[in-house]
Amino acid sequence: MKQFQYTRAVNQQGVLDAIAKPGTKIIAGGTNLVDLMKRGVTAPDKLVDINYLPLKGITATKTGLHIGTLALNSVVSENSLVVAKLPLLSMALKAGASPQLRNMATVGGNMMQRTRCTYFYDTTMPCNKREPGTGCGAVEGYNRMHAIFGASPQCIAVHPSDMCVALAALDAQVIIAGKKGEKRMPFVDFHRLPDDHPELDNHLGKDELILGVEIPDNNFAKNSYYLKVRDRQSYAFALVSVAAGLDLDGSTIRSARLAMGGVAHKPWRLFEAEKFLAGKTASEDTFKQAAQLAMQGAKAYEYNAFKLKLAPAAITEALKHAAGLA
Amino acid sequence: MENKKNRPKPGDQTEVKDSSRREFLKKSALITAVALTPASAVVAAEKHVDERIAEAFEKMPLHLEINGVAHSLMVEPRSTLLDILREQLDMTGTKKGCDLGQCGACTVHVDGHRVNSCLTLGIMVNGKKVTTIEGLAKGDQLHPMQEAFLKHDGFQCGYCTPGQIMSAVACIREGHANSELEIREFMSGNICRCGAYPNIVNAIQEVKEGGMAI
Repeated sequence: MKQFQYTRAVNQQGVLDAIAKPGTKIIAGGTNLVDLMKRGVTAPDKLVDINYLPLKGITATKTGLHIGTLALNSVVSENSLVVAKLPLLSMALKAGASPQLRNMATVGGNMMQRTRCTYFYDTTMPCNKREPGTGCGAVEGYNRMHAIFGASPQCIAVHPSDMCVALAALDAQVIIAGKKGEKRMPFVDFHRLPDDHPELDNHLGKDELILGVEIPDNNFAKNSYYLKVRDRQSYAFALVSVAAGLDLDGSTIRSARLAMGGVAHKPWRLFEAEKFLAGKTASEDTFKQAAQLAMQGAKAYEYNAFKLKLAPAAITEALKHAAGLA
Repeated sequence: MENKKNRPKPGDQTEVKDSSRREFLKKSALITAVALTPASAVVAAEKHVDERIAEAFEKMPLHLEINGVAHSLMVEPRSTLLDILREQLDMTGTKKGCDLGQCGACTVHVDGHRVNSCLTLGIMVNGKKVTTIEGLAKGDQLHPMQEAFLKHDGFQCGYCTPGQIMSAVACIREGHANSELEIREFMSGNICRCGAYPNIVNAIQEVKEGGMAI
Protein backbone atom coordinates (compact mmCIF):
# COMPACT_ATOMS: atom_id res chain seq x y z
CA MET A 1 0.00 0.00 0.00
CA LYS A 2 1.29 3.44 -0.89
CA GLN A 3 2.17 5.56 2.11
CA PHE A 4 -0.30 8.35 2.94
CA GLN A 5 -0.82 11.05 5.50
CA TYR A 6 -3.48 10.42 8.12
CA THR A 7 -5.39 13.09 9.97
CA ARG A 8 -8.45 13.14 12.19
CA ALA A 9 -11.27 15.59 11.74
CA VAL A 10 -13.42 16.45 14.75
CA ASN A 11 -16.09 18.56 13.09
CA GLN A 12 -17.82 19.07 9.77
CA GLN A 13 -15.72 22.06 8.79
CA GLY A 14 -12.58 20.06 9.47
CA VAL A 15 -13.73 17.39 7.01
CA LEU A 16 -14.74 19.93 4.35
CA ASP A 17 -11.38 21.73 4.71
CA ALA A 18 -9.50 18.43 4.42
CA ILE A 19 -11.32 17.15 1.33
CA ALA A 20 -10.90 20.51 -0.41
CA LYS A 21 -7.25 19.49 -0.86
CA PRO A 22 -6.61 17.28 -3.88
CA GLY A 23 -5.69 13.64 -3.28
CA THR A 24 -7.59 13.48 0.01
CA LYS A 25 -10.14 10.81 0.76
CA ILE A 26 -12.48 10.33 3.68
CA ILE A 27 -12.15 7.14 5.73
CA ALA A 28 -14.88 5.85 8.03
CA GLY A 29 -15.10 2.06 8.41
CA GLY A 30 -12.48 1.53 5.70
CA THR A 31 -13.75 -1.94 4.78
CA ASN A 32 -13.76 -1.13 1.07
CA LEU A 33 -11.24 1.72 0.92
CA VAL A 34 -8.43 -0.17 2.69
CA ASP A 35 -9.08 -3.15 0.41
CA LEU A 36 -8.86 -0.91 -2.68
CA MET A 37 -5.70 0.75 -1.37
CA LYS A 38 -4.04 -2.61 -0.73
CA ARG A 39 -4.71 -3.64 -4.31
CA GLY A 40 -3.51 -0.33 -5.73
CA VAL A 41 -6.92 0.45 -7.26
CA THR A 42 -6.84 3.74 -5.41
CA ALA A 43 -3.89 5.49 -3.80
CA PRO A 44 -4.85 8.66 -1.92
CA ASP A 45 -2.13 11.00 -0.60
CA LYS A 46 -4.12 11.82 2.48
CA LEU A 47 -6.86 10.17 4.50
CA VAL A 48 -9.11 12.13 6.81
CA ASP A 49 -10.67 10.00 9.54
CA ILE A 50 -14.22 11.19 10.26
CA ASN A 51 -15.00 8.75 13.08
CA TYR A 52 -14.68 11.47 15.72
CA LEU A 53 -17.70 13.35 14.32
CA PRO A 54 -20.99 12.92 16.19
CA LEU A 55 -22.83 11.32 13.26
CA LYS A 56 -23.71 7.88 14.62
CA GLY A 57 -27.22 8.59 15.87
CA ILE A 58 -30.45 6.85 14.88
CA THR A 59 -33.39 9.07 15.81
CA ALA A 60 -37.11 9.26 15.09
CA THR A 61 -38.16 12.57 13.58
CA LYS A 62 -41.67 13.94 13.04
CA THR A 63 -41.81 12.39 9.60
CA GLY A 64 -39.50 9.42 9.69
CA LEU A 65 -36.19 8.06 10.86
CA HIS A 66 -32.84 9.79 10.67
CA ILE A 67 -29.73 7.60 10.51
CA GLY A 68 -26.33 9.24 10.86
CA THR A 69 -23.70 8.53 8.25
CA LEU A 70 -21.38 6.90 10.81
CA ALA A 71 -23.98 4.49 12.22
CA LEU A 72 -22.51 1.02 11.87
CA ASN A 73 -24.28 -1.46 9.60
CA SER A 74 -24.53 -3.93 12.51
CA VAL A 75 -26.00 -1.30 14.83
CA VAL A 76 -28.57 -0.11 12.27
CA SER A 77 -29.61 -3.68 11.46
CA GLU A 78 -30.44 -4.39 15.13
CA ASN A 79 -31.71 -0.97 16.18
CA SER A 80 -35.19 -1.31 17.69
CA LEU A 81 -36.61 1.65 15.72
CA VAL A 82 -35.25 0.25 12.47
CA VAL A 83 -36.50 -3.26 13.19
CA ALA A 84 -39.98 -1.94 14.06
CA LYS A 85 -40.39 0.75 11.39
CA LEU A 86 -38.10 -0.42 8.60
CA PRO A 87 -37.68 -4.20 8.78
CA LEU A 88 -36.79 -4.17 5.07
CA LEU A 89 -33.67 -2.11 5.84
CA SER A 90 -32.72 -4.43 8.70
CA MET A 91 -33.13 -7.50 6.49
CA ALA A 92 -31.07 -5.96 3.68
CA LEU A 93 -28.26 -5.02 6.04
CA LYS A 94 -28.15 -8.49 7.56
CA ALA A 95 -27.95 -9.97 4.06
CA GLY A 96 -24.80 -7.96 3.37
CA ALA A 97 -21.16 -8.81 4.13
CA SER A 98 -20.24 -10.63 7.36
CA PRO A 99 -20.82 -9.80 11.05
CA GLN A 100 -17.21 -8.58 11.33
CA LEU A 101 -17.52 -6.28 8.32
CA ARG A 102 -20.92 -4.99 9.47
CA ASN A 103 -19.25 -4.06 12.79
CA MET A 104 -16.89 -1.78 10.85
CA ALA A 105 -18.91 -0.58 7.86
CA THR A 106 -20.92 2.64 8.13
CA VAL A 107 -24.06 3.86 6.35
CA GLY A 108 -22.17 6.53 4.38
CA GLY A 109 -19.38 4.10 3.55
CA ASN A 110 -21.86 1.52 2.35
CA MET A 111 -23.28 4.13 -0.05
CA MET A 112 -19.79 5.07 -1.25
CA GLN A 113 -18.48 1.53 -1.78
CA ARG A 114 -17.18 0.74 -5.24
CA THR A 115 -18.30 -2.01 -7.57
CA ARG A 116 -16.92 -5.52 -7.05
CA CYS A 117 -16.43 -6.02 -10.81
CA THR A 118 -13.28 -8.15 -11.02
CA TYR A 119 -11.94 -6.07 -13.92
CA PHE A 120 -12.16 -2.97 -11.74
CA TYR A 121 -10.10 -4.69 -9.04
CA ASP A 122 -7.52 -6.22 -11.38
CA THR A 123 -5.09 -3.41 -12.17
CA THR A 124 -3.63 -5.38 -15.10
CA MET A 125 -6.98 -5.26 -16.93
CA PRO A 126 -8.61 -2.40 -18.79
CA CYS A 127 -11.37 -0.64 -16.85
CA ASN A 128 -13.04 2.67 -17.65
CA LYS A 129 -14.17 3.04 -14.06
CA ARG A 130 -10.66 2.67 -12.64
CA GLU A 131 -8.81 4.34 -15.51
CA PRO A 132 -11.10 6.23 -17.87
CA GLY A 133 -10.40 5.60 -21.52
CA THR A 134 -8.74 2.20 -21.12
CA GLY A 135 -11.82 0.22 -22.15
CA CYS A 136 -14.06 -2.30 -20.42
CA GLY A 137 -12.74 -5.76 -19.71
CA ALA A 138 -16.13 -7.07 -18.72
CA VAL A 139 -18.24 -6.19 -21.73
CA GLU A 140 -16.71 -9.03 -23.74
CA GLY A 141 -15.16 -10.80 -20.78
CA TYR A 142 -16.49 -13.00 -18.01
CA ASN A 143 -19.54 -10.93 -17.16
CA ARG A 144 -21.61 -13.32 -15.07
CA MET A 145 -22.04 -10.84 -12.19
CA HIS A 146 -22.79 -7.85 -14.39
CA ALA A 147 -25.64 -5.49 -15.23
CA ILE A 148 -28.78 -6.20 -17.20
CA PHE A 149 -30.23 -2.69 -16.83
CA GLY A 150 -28.86 0.77 -17.58
CA ALA A 151 -25.36 -0.27 -18.64
CA SER A 152 -23.31 1.59 -21.23
CA PRO A 153 -20.70 0.33 -23.70
CA GLN A 154 -18.13 1.89 -21.34
CA CYS A 155 -19.18 0.00 -18.20
CA ILE A 156 -21.46 -2.87 -17.26
CA ALA A 157 -20.55 -3.03 -13.56
CA VAL A 158 -23.17 -3.25 -10.81
CA HIS A 159 -23.45 -1.49 -7.46
CA PRO A 160 -22.81 -4.15 -4.81
CA SER A 161 -24.82 -2.84 -1.84
CA ASP A 162 -27.83 -4.48 -0.20
CA MET A 163 -28.54 -1.61 2.19
CA CYS A 164 -28.82 0.82 -0.72
CA VAL A 165 -31.44 -1.34 -2.45
CA ALA A 166 -33.69 -1.10 0.62
CA LEU A 167 -33.07 2.64 1.01
CA ALA A 168 -33.91 3.20 -2.66
CA ALA A 169 -37.16 1.26 -2.25
CA LEU A 170 -38.10 3.15 0.93
CA ASP A 171 -37.92 6.65 -0.60
CA ALA A 172 -34.97 7.68 1.57
CA GLN A 173 -33.37 11.10 1.30
CA VAL A 174 -29.63 11.70 1.55
CA ILE A 175 -28.49 14.66 3.65
CA ILE A 176 -25.29 16.19 2.34
CA ALA A 177 -23.01 18.93 3.66
CA GLY A 178 -21.00 21.12 1.32
CA LYS A 179 -19.42 24.55 1.20
CA LYS A 180 -22.79 26.13 0.58
CA GLY A 181 -24.46 24.40 3.51
CA GLU A 182 -26.71 21.36 3.71
CA LYS A 183 -28.81 19.89 0.96
CA ARG A 184 -31.06 16.90 0.42
CA MET A 185 -31.16 14.48 -2.47
CA PRO A 186 -33.60 11.62 -3.11
CA PHE A 187 -31.71 8.38 -2.49
CA VAL A 188 -32.77 7.04 -5.91
CA ASP A 189 -30.92 9.98 -7.51
CA PHE A 190 -27.75 9.59 -5.43
CA HIS A 191 -26.12 6.83 -7.46
CA ARG A 192 -25.80 7.24 -11.20
CA LEU A 193 -25.72 5.14 -14.35
CA PRO A 194 -22.34 4.77 -16.06
CA ASP A 195 -23.11 6.56 -19.36
CA ASP A 196 -19.87 8.12 -20.59
CA HIS A 197 -18.44 8.61 -17.11
CA PRO A 198 -18.28 5.25 -15.33
CA GLU A 199 -15.53 6.62 -13.09
CA LEU A 200 -18.32 8.46 -11.26
CA ASP A 201 -20.45 6.18 -9.08
CA ASN A 202 -22.75 8.88 -7.70
CA HIS A 203 -23.61 12.55 -7.61
CA LEU A 204 -21.76 13.42 -4.41
CA GLY A 205 -19.40 16.33 -5.10
CA LYS A 206 -15.71 15.87 -4.32
CA ASP A 207 -16.06 18.62 -1.74
CA GLU A 208 -19.17 17.19 -0.08
CA LEU A 209 -19.80 14.96 2.95
CA ILE A 210 -22.76 12.65 3.55
CA LEU A 211 -24.27 13.50 6.94
CA GLY A 212 -26.93 10.82 6.99
CA VAL A 213 -30.10 9.46 5.47
CA GLU A 214 -33.71 10.05 6.36
CA ILE A 215 -36.41 7.50 5.66
CA PRO A 216 -40.03 8.71 5.72
CA ASP A 217 -42.54 6.80 7.83
CA ASN A 218 -44.46 4.28 5.75
CA ASN A 219 -46.99 1.47 5.91
CA PHE A 220 -44.73 -1.23 4.49
CA ALA A 221 -43.37 -2.59 7.78
CA LYS A 222 -45.84 -5.49 8.07
CA ASN A 223 -45.39 -6.67 4.51
CA SER A 224 -41.82 -6.34 3.41
CA TYR A 225 -39.13 -8.75 2.34
CA TYR A 226 -35.55 -8.67 1.15
CA LEU A 227 -34.62 -11.58 -1.07
CA LYS A 228 -30.99 -12.08 -2.00
CA VAL A 229 -29.92 -14.74 -4.49
CA ARG A 230 -26.20 -15.54 -4.41
CA ASP A 231 -23.69 -18.27 -5.09
CA ARG A 232 -23.58 -19.39 -1.46
CA GLN A 233 -26.04 -19.08 1.37
CA SER A 234 -24.29 -16.21 3.10
CA TYR A 235 -21.41 -13.76 2.76
CA ALA A 236 -21.49 -13.29 -1.02
CA PHE A 237 -22.53 -10.47 -3.30
CA ALA A 238 -25.93 -10.68 -4.93
CA LEU A 239 -26.49 -12.20 -8.33
CA VAL A 240 -29.90 -10.59 -8.00
CA SER A 241 -31.60 -9.14 -4.94
CA VAL A 242 -35.08 -7.69 -4.47
CA ALA A 243 -36.42 -5.30 -1.84
CA ALA A 244 -40.21 -5.49 -1.71
CA GLY A 245 -42.65 -3.55 0.44
CA LEU A 246 -46.43 -3.76 0.22
CA ASP A 247 -49.07 -1.62 1.88
CA LEU A 248 -52.02 -4.01 2.02
CA ASP A 249 -55.69 -3.46 2.78
CA GLY A 250 -56.79 -7.06 3.19
CA SER A 251 -55.55 -8.55 -0.05
CA THR A 252 -55.72 -5.26 -1.96
CA ILE A 253 -52.42 -3.55 -2.63
CA ARG A 254 -52.70 0.11 -1.68
CA SER A 255 -49.17 0.78 -2.82
CA ALA A 256 -45.93 -1.10 -3.44
CA ARG A 257 -42.22 -0.41 -3.32
CA LEU A 258 -39.74 -2.47 -5.31
CA ALA A 259 -36.03 -2.19 -6.01
CA MET A 260 -33.39 -4.59 -7.27
CA GLY A 261 -29.71 -5.07 -6.54
CA GLY A 262 -27.05 -6.82 -8.60
CA VAL A 263 -28.64 -5.74 -11.87
CA ALA A 264 -27.46 -2.17 -12.51
CA HIS A 265 -24.81 0.46 -11.78
CA LYS A 266 -27.18 1.78 -9.11
CA PRO A 267 -29.96 0.37 -6.94
CA TRP A 268 -32.65 -0.28 -9.54
CA ARG A 269 -36.07 1.00 -8.51
CA LEU A 270 -39.00 -0.67 -10.33
CA PHE A 271 -41.39 2.27 -10.70
CA GLU A 272 -43.46 0.71 -13.53
CA ALA A 273 -44.08 -2.48 -11.60
CA GLU A 274 -45.02 -0.47 -8.49
CA LYS A 275 -47.59 1.52 -10.50
CA PHE A 276 -49.01 -1.67 -11.94
CA LEU A 277 -49.41 -3.26 -8.50
CA ALA A 278 -51.25 -0.32 -6.92
CA GLY A 279 -54.93 -1.19 -6.55
CA LYS A 280 -54.52 -4.83 -7.63
CA THR A 281 -55.26 -7.90 -5.53
CA ALA A 282 -52.16 -9.61 -4.15
CA SER A 283 -51.65 -12.92 -5.96
CA GLU A 284 -48.88 -14.88 -7.59
CA ASP A 285 -50.29 -14.07 -11.04
CA THR A 286 -50.35 -10.34 -10.36
CA PHE A 287 -46.80 -10.51 -9.05
CA LYS A 288 -45.63 -12.39 -12.15
CA GLN A 289 -47.16 -9.73 -14.37
CA ALA A 290 -45.45 -7.00 -12.35
CA ALA A 291 -42.16 -8.85 -12.68
CA GLN A 292 -42.54 -9.10 -16.47
CA LEU A 293 -43.19 -5.37 -16.59
CA ALA A 294 -40.09 -4.74 -14.51
CA MET A 295 -37.95 -6.69 -16.98
CA GLN A 296 -38.73 -4.42 -19.94
CA GLY A 297 -35.52 -3.07 -21.41
CA ALA A 298 -33.31 -5.70 -19.77
CA LYS A 299 -30.25 -6.65 -21.79
CA ALA A 300 -27.93 -9.54 -21.03
CA TYR A 301 -24.30 -10.22 -21.96
CA GLU A 302 -22.60 -13.51 -22.75
CA TYR A 303 -22.47 -14.97 -19.25
CA ASN A 304 -25.30 -13.26 -17.39
CA ALA A 305 -28.30 -14.21 -19.51
CA PHE A 306 -29.49 -16.34 -16.58
CA LYS A 307 -30.38 -13.09 -14.81
CA LEU A 308 -33.16 -12.49 -17.36
CA LYS A 309 -34.97 -15.48 -15.84
CA LEU A 310 -33.65 -15.19 -12.31
CA ALA A 311 -34.64 -11.55 -11.83
CA PRO A 312 -38.39 -11.87 -12.55
CA ALA A 313 -38.54 -15.08 -10.52
CA ALA A 314 -36.86 -13.26 -7.63
CA ILE A 315 -39.27 -10.32 -7.89
CA THR A 316 -42.25 -12.70 -7.80
CA GLU A 317 -40.81 -14.62 -4.87
CA ALA A 318 -39.99 -11.48 -2.86
CA LEU A 319 -43.51 -10.14 -3.40
CA LYS A 320 -45.02 -13.46 -2.33
CA HIS A 321 -42.98 -13.37 0.88
CA ALA A 322 -43.93 -9.75 1.50
CA ALA A 323 -47.63 -10.55 1.00
CA GLY A 324 -47.46 -13.65 3.19
CA LEU A 325 -48.22 -15.91 0.22
CA ALA A 326 -44.93 -17.80 0.15
CA MET B 1 1.13 -5.58 1.20
CA GLU B 2 4.34 -4.31 2.77
CA ASN B 3 6.76 -6.97 3.89
CA LYS B 4 9.99 -6.86 5.79
CA LYS B 5 12.07 -6.30 2.63
CA ASN B 6 10.10 -3.24 1.57
CA ARG B 7 9.98 -1.67 4.95
CA PRO B 8 11.85 1.61 5.12
CA LYS B 9 15.19 1.11 6.79
CA PRO B 10 16.26 3.57 9.46
CA GLY B 11 18.62 5.27 7.01
CA ASP B 12 16.16 5.99 4.24
CA GLN B 13 13.42 7.81 6.03
CA THR B 14 12.82 11.43 5.20
CA GLU B 15 12.59 11.91 8.93
CA VAL B 16 16.31 11.35 9.13
CA LYS B 17 17.23 12.70 5.69
CA ASP B 18 16.01 16.22 6.23
CA SER B 19 16.54 16.50 9.88
CA SER B 20 18.77 19.07 11.37
CA ARG B 21 19.06 19.50 15.11
CA ARG B 22 16.46 22.25 14.96
CA GLU B 23 14.07 20.07 12.95
CA PHE B 24 14.59 17.28 15.42
CA LEU B 25 13.74 19.49 18.37
CA LYS B 26 10.67 20.84 16.58
CA LYS B 27 9.48 17.31 15.91
CA SER B 28 10.16 16.19 19.46
CA ALA B 29 8.00 19.02 20.67
CA LEU B 30 5.27 17.91 18.27
CA ILE B 31 5.41 14.36 19.51
CA THR B 32 5.21 15.55 23.09
CA ALA B 33 2.22 17.64 22.12
CA VAL B 34 0.29 14.58 21.08
CA ALA B 35 -0.98 13.01 24.23
CA LEU B 36 -1.76 9.38 24.37
CA THR B 37 -5.41 9.18 25.30
CA PRO B 38 -8.32 9.37 22.84
CA ALA B 39 -9.52 12.63 24.36
CA SER B 40 -6.19 14.21 23.65
CA ALA B 41 -6.19 12.72 20.15
CA VAL B 42 -9.29 14.84 19.62
CA VAL B 43 -7.57 17.88 21.11
CA ALA B 44 -4.60 17.23 18.86
CA ALA B 45 -6.91 17.08 15.84
CA GLU B 46 -8.58 20.33 16.89
CA LYS B 47 -5.24 22.06 17.12
CA HIS B 48 -4.14 20.54 13.78
CA VAL B 49 -1.23 18.86 15.55
CA ASP B 50 -2.34 15.73 13.72
CA GLU B 51 -1.82 17.42 10.40
CA ARG B 52 1.63 18.71 11.36
CA ILE B 53 2.66 15.25 12.57
CA ALA B 54 1.37 13.68 9.34
CA GLU B 55 3.41 16.11 7.28
CA ALA B 56 6.57 15.79 9.34
CA PHE B 57 6.75 12.07 10.04
CA GLU B 58 6.18 8.77 8.33
CA LYS B 59 5.13 7.24 11.62
CA MET B 60 2.52 8.35 14.11
CA PRO B 61 2.02 7.60 17.79
CA LEU B 62 -0.51 4.88 18.59
CA HIS B 63 -1.73 4.06 22.07
CA LEU B 64 -3.90 1.07 22.62
CA GLU B 65 -4.58 -1.71 25.07
CA ILE B 66 -4.10 -5.28 23.91
CA ASN B 67 -5.32 -8.09 26.13
CA GLY B 68 -5.23 -5.76 29.12
CA VAL B 69 -1.71 -4.46 28.48
CA ALA B 70 -1.17 -0.85 27.43
CA HIS B 71 1.07 -0.33 24.39
CA SER B 72 2.54 2.88 23.01
CA LEU B 73 3.92 2.48 19.53
CA MET B 74 5.00 4.41 16.49
CA VAL B 75 3.23 3.11 13.38
CA GLU B 76 2.94 3.99 9.73
CA PRO B 77 -0.66 5.03 9.04
CA ARG B 78 -0.86 2.31 6.39
CA SER B 79 -0.03 -0.48 8.87
CA THR B 80 -3.03 -2.62 9.56
CA LEU B 81 -3.88 -3.74 13.08
CA LEU B 82 -3.11 -7.27 11.88
CA ASP B 83 0.41 -6.36 10.75
CA ILE B 84 1.07 -4.36 13.91
CA LEU B 85 0.04 -7.35 16.05
CA ARG B 86 2.05 -9.87 14.07
CA GLU B 87 5.09 -7.90 12.91
CA GLN B 88 5.61 -5.21 15.53
CA LEU B 89 4.37 -7.00 18.63
CA ASP B 90 5.16 -10.61 17.66
CA MET B 91 1.63 -11.65 18.57
CA THR B 92 1.22 -14.22 15.84
CA GLY B 93 -1.90 -15.89 17.20
CA THR B 94 -4.00 -13.69 14.93
CA LYS B 95 -3.63 -15.14 11.44
CA LYS B 96 -3.27 -13.55 8.04
CA GLY B 97 -5.38 -15.46 5.54
CA CYS B 98 -6.64 -13.52 2.53
CA ASP B 99 -5.61 -10.11 3.96
CA LEU B 100 -8.64 -8.68 2.10
CA GLY B 101 -11.50 -9.12 4.56
CA GLN B 102 -12.84 -12.24 2.90
CA CYS B 103 -11.80 -15.10 5.19
CA GLY B 104 -12.03 -13.96 8.84
CA ALA B 105 -8.75 -15.58 9.97
CA CYS B 106 -7.66 -12.18 11.33
CA THR B 107 -10.76 -11.63 13.51
CA VAL B 108 -10.08 -9.79 16.77
CA HIS B 109 -12.29 -7.81 19.16
CA VAL B 110 -12.00 -4.03 19.28
CA ASP B 111 -13.82 -2.57 22.28
CA GLY B 112 -15.65 -5.90 22.50
CA HIS B 113 -16.79 -6.05 18.88
CA ARG B 114 -15.39 -8.50 16.35
CA VAL B 115 -13.70 -6.96 13.33
CA ASN B 116 -11.35 -7.97 10.53
CA SER B 117 -7.95 -6.72 11.70
CA CYS B 118 -6.60 -6.93 8.13
CA LEU B 119 -8.92 -4.09 7.05
CA THR B 120 -8.43 -2.05 10.22
CA LEU B 121 -5.77 0.62 10.07
CA GLY B 122 -3.88 0.43 13.36
CA ILE B 123 -3.88 4.19 13.77
CA MET B 124 -7.68 4.12 13.78
CA VAL B 125 -7.90 2.03 16.96
CA ASN B 126 -6.01 4.63 18.98
CA GLY B 127 -7.27 4.59 22.56
CA LYS B 128 -9.24 1.36 22.10
CA LYS B 129 -9.10 -2.06 23.73
CA VAL B 130 -8.13 -4.97 21.53
CA THR B 131 -8.59 -8.62 22.45
CA THR B 132 -6.80 -11.30 20.46
CA ILE B 133 -6.81 -15.07 20.74
CA GLU B 134 -3.86 -14.73 23.14
CA GLY B 135 -6.11 -12.81 25.52
CA LEU B 136 -8.85 -15.41 25.96
CA ALA B 137 -7.25 -17.96 28.27
CA LYS B 138 -6.63 -17.16 31.91
CA GLY B 139 -3.10 -18.41 32.42
CA ASP B 140 -3.18 -22.14 31.81
CA GLN B 141 -6.95 -22.25 31.98
CA LEU B 142 -8.37 -22.25 28.48
CA HIS B 143 -11.41 -20.20 27.59
CA PRO B 144 -14.58 -22.37 27.43
CA MET B 145 -14.71 -21.82 23.66
CA GLN B 146 -11.13 -23.05 23.27
CA GLU B 147 -12.01 -26.13 25.34
CA ALA B 148 -15.10 -26.74 23.22
CA PHE B 149 -13.15 -26.48 19.95
CA LEU B 150 -10.71 -29.09 21.28
CA LYS B 151 -13.48 -31.39 22.48
CA HIS B 152 -15.46 -31.18 19.23
CA ASP B 153 -12.51 -31.19 16.84
CA GLY B 154 -13.51 -27.77 15.57
CA PHE B 155 -10.54 -27.66 13.23
CA GLN B 156 -8.24 -29.70 11.06
CA CYS B 157 -5.23 -27.66 9.93
CA GLY B 158 -5.99 -25.04 12.58
CA TYR B 159 -5.10 -21.94 10.58
CA CYS B 160 -8.56 -20.38 10.68
CA THR B 161 -9.10 -21.43 14.31
CA PRO B 162 -8.04 -18.26 16.16
CA GLY B 163 -10.40 -16.24 13.97
CA GLN B 164 -13.16 -18.84 14.33
CA ILE B 165 -12.84 -18.80 18.12
CA MET B 166 -12.82 -14.99 18.36
CA SER B 167 -15.86 -14.89 16.12
CA ALA B 168 -17.59 -17.70 18.03
CA VAL B 169 -17.19 -15.88 21.35
CA ALA B 170 -18.63 -12.70 19.79
CA CYS B 171 -21.44 -14.69 18.18
CA ILE B 172 -22.66 -15.87 21.59
CA ARG B 173 -22.14 -12.47 23.25
CA GLU B 174 -24.16 -10.79 20.48
CA GLY B 175 -27.01 -13.22 21.07
CA HIS B 176 -26.71 -14.81 17.64
CA ALA B 177 -26.20 -18.43 18.67
CA ASN B 178 -29.80 -19.51 19.23
CA SER B 179 -30.00 -22.19 16.55
CA GLU B 180 -27.74 -24.06 14.16
CA LEU B 181 -29.03 -21.91 11.31
CA GLU B 182 -28.40 -18.68 13.17
CA ILE B 183 -24.90 -19.79 14.18
CA ARG B 184 -24.09 -20.71 10.57
CA GLU B 185 -25.34 -17.33 9.34
CA PHE B 186 -23.49 -15.33 12.00
CA MET B 187 -20.28 -17.35 11.57
CA SER B 188 -20.32 -16.88 7.79
CA GLY B 189 -17.49 -14.35 7.95
CA ASN B 190 -15.08 -17.12 8.94
CA ILE B 191 -14.08 -19.50 6.20
CA CYS B 192 -12.65 -22.94 7.00
CA ARG B 193 -11.10 -24.61 3.97
CA CYS B 194 -10.82 -27.92 5.84
CA GLY B 195 -14.60 -27.82 6.24
CA ALA B 196 -14.77 -28.25 10.01
CA TYR B 197 -18.06 -26.34 10.05
CA PRO B 198 -20.30 -29.01 11.67
CA ASN B 199 -17.84 -29.41 14.54
CA ILE B 200 -17.44 -25.66 14.93
CA VAL B 201 -21.22 -25.31 15.18
CA ASN B 202 -21.30 -28.12 17.78
CA ALA B 203 -18.62 -26.40 19.84
CA ILE B 204 -20.50 -23.10 19.80
CA GLN B 205 -23.80 -24.79 20.68
CA GLU B 206 -22.20 -26.55 23.64
CA VAL B 207 -20.75 -23.32 25.04
CA LYS B 208 -24.03 -21.51 24.44
CA GLU B 209 -26.06 -24.26 26.12
CA GLY B 210 -23.58 -24.42 28.99
CA GLY B 211 -24.81 -20.93 29.82
CA MET B 212 -21.43 -19.83 31.20
CA ALA B 213 -20.55 -16.17 31.19
CA ILE B 214 -17.96 -15.91 28.41
